[in-house]
Amino acid sequence: MSLAETEGAAPAQSGQQGGEAAPAVNEPKMTARDANVYYGDAHALKQVDLDIGTNEVTSLIGPSGCGKSTFLRCLNRMNDVIDGCRVVGDIRLDEEDIYHPSLDVVQLRARVGMVFQKPNPFPKSIYENIVYGPRIHGMVNSKGDMDEIVESSLRRAGLWEEAKDRLEEPGTGLSGGQQQRLCIARAIAVNPEVILMDEPCSALDPIATSRIEELIDELRQNFTIVIVTHSMQQAARVSQRTAFFHLGILVEVGSTEDIFTNPKDKRTQDYITGRFG
Amino acid sequence: MQSSDHIVTSFDQEITSLNEMIARMGGQVEAGFAGAVEALTKRNSEIANRTIARDVEVDQLEEAINDAVINMLVRRQPMADDLRFVFSALKIAGDLERIGDHAKNIAKRAVTLNSLPRIEPVGSIPRMGRAVQRRIKDVLDAFNERNATKAMAVWESDTEIDNMYNSLFRETLTYMAEDPRSITGCTHLLFIAKNIERIGDHATNIAEVAYFLITGEKIEGGRPRGDLDETSSYGTPAERTDARA
Repeated sequence: MSLAETEGAAPAQSGQQGGEAAPAVNEPKMTARDANVYYGDAHALKQVDLDIGTNEVTSLIGPSGCGKSTFLRCLNRMNDVIDGCRVVGDIRLDEEDIYHPSLDVVQLRARVGMVFQKPNPFPKSIYENIVYGPRIHGMVNSKGDMDEIVESSLRRAGLWEEAKDRLEEPGTGLSGGQQQRLCIARAIAVNPEVILMDEPCSALDPIATSRIEELIDELRQNFTIVIVTHSMQQAARVSQRTAFFHLGILVEVGSTEDIFTNPKDKRTQDYITGRFG
Repeated sequence: MQSSDHIVTSFDQEITSLNEMIARMGGQVEAGFAGAVEALTKRNSEIANRTIARDVEVDQLEEAINDAVINMLVRRQPMADDLRFVFSALKIAGDLERIGDHAKNIAKRAVTLNSLPRIEPVGSIPRMGRAVQRRIKDVLDAFNERNATKAMAVWESDTEIDNMYNSLFRETLTYMAEDPRSITGCTHLLFIAKNIERIGDHATNIAEVAYFLITGEKIEGGRPRGDLDETSSYGTPAERTDARA
C-alpha cells in the first residue's frame, strides 16, 4: 500500500500530480501507519504514515525536536528502552507487525540495525567488535566463520585495508571516521535488512563524512537505509526520498529532488531555505 | 518578490541586490532595443551609436550577476525557491545579454541602412519591433511580479512574431526581385528582422525560466512555432534550433 492511498490527513506528496503515485516506493520494506509516540504526557509524534522503500535511502529531516529521531527509533523499537515512552500505531517490517507481543525484539534489532551519531565501538578489539553480534545470534561456529565475517564486514564498510593489520587493537583507537565505519561494519555483520542511521556524520570531518556517504550509496545495493540528518546537503546527496518532520508531524514526503527544488508545503520550504524563525 | 525573511539577513540582502541587478539589466536591454528600432525607423545614426555604446553596460551587468550567483551558490547553498531564483537569475541574465547583442547588431545595421536610400519594407519593422518590445516588457514584469499566468501568455505568443517575420521575409524577397538595386539594403533589413525574431525567442526563453521559478514546474509541451518551412527560410534548420535551445 502506498502513501498515496491514505487520504485525509496524509502529508503533502511532492512531485505528485493528479493522483499519480508518489515517486517510486517500490515494494515498501517498512510501513508506518498512524504512528504516535508519547513521552509521558508529551505527544512527540503524531499520526505518522510513512513508507520506507526497499533498497532506498530515505532521509528524515526537520528541526530539533520535530520527531524525526523518535520516528527512527520506532523502526527497531529503540523507544522501548526509554522510560515513559509509549508507541501507538502500526509499524511493519515486510508486512509483519514489529510491535506484536510475540515478536522477539533482539531478532528485530538484528534485522533492523542502527548506527548512532557518536561512534560507539565496544571497548574491545576491532575483531571482537565485529564478531560480537554474529556470536550472540549464533551465526558463527568456528574461528574460520568469524574470520570470514570480520573480513567481509570490514570490506563492505570500506575499512578492511586500514584495519586488517590491527584487528586485535582496540576499536576505540581508530580515528572518528574509522570508528564510525567500524560501527557500520558491526551493524552489517549480523546481516540486517534495514540500517537506521541517526546523524551518522555529525561528529566527523568532511573527508570522513564523504567516505560514509560513499559507503551509504554502496550499501544501498543490499540494504534499506533510513538516515536522520541535520545537513540538508547530506540529505540531498545520499537519499532518494526525503521526509520532512515538524512539531511531531510528517509534513511532506517525496523524491529528494522534488523536496529540495520544489517543496509543496510552505513549512518545508521555510525550513530548507532557512526561513524558520 | 522573493520572500525576504531568511534567518540570515545578509542572504536577503543578496537576493534583493540580485533582483535589482536583473531589473536594471532588463531596463537597459529594453531601452537598447527600443533605441535600435527607433534609429532604424527615424534614420537616426546618433541614436544607433548610443545604443551600441549602451551594450557595454549590459555586458558588465551580466558579469556582475554571474559573480553574484556563483557567490550565492558557494556561500548559501540555496534550496527550493531560493535555488530556483538563483538559477533563473543566471539564465535570464544570459538571455538578456543575447538580446542586448541583437539590439547592438540592429543598431549597427541601422547606421549602414541610413547611408543607403530608404527601402519600402522598413515600414514593417516598427510593428514587429513593438510586438517584441511588448513581449520583453511583459516577460520582465512576469518575472518581477512572480506572475506565472503572464509568463505563460508571453510564451504562447511567440507564433505571432514568427508569422510577422515570415511575412516580412516574403515581402522583402518581392522587393529584391523587382529592383535589384535594393538588394543590399533589403539584405541588411532581413538580418535585422532575423535579429528581432531571435530577440522574441529569448523572451520565450525567459518566460520558461520565469514560469519554472514561480511554479517549480516546467511548461509542458513543445514550443509554439511559426517557422517557415526548411526550403524557403534563411539560415539552416540547425541555426534556428540553436537559437531556440
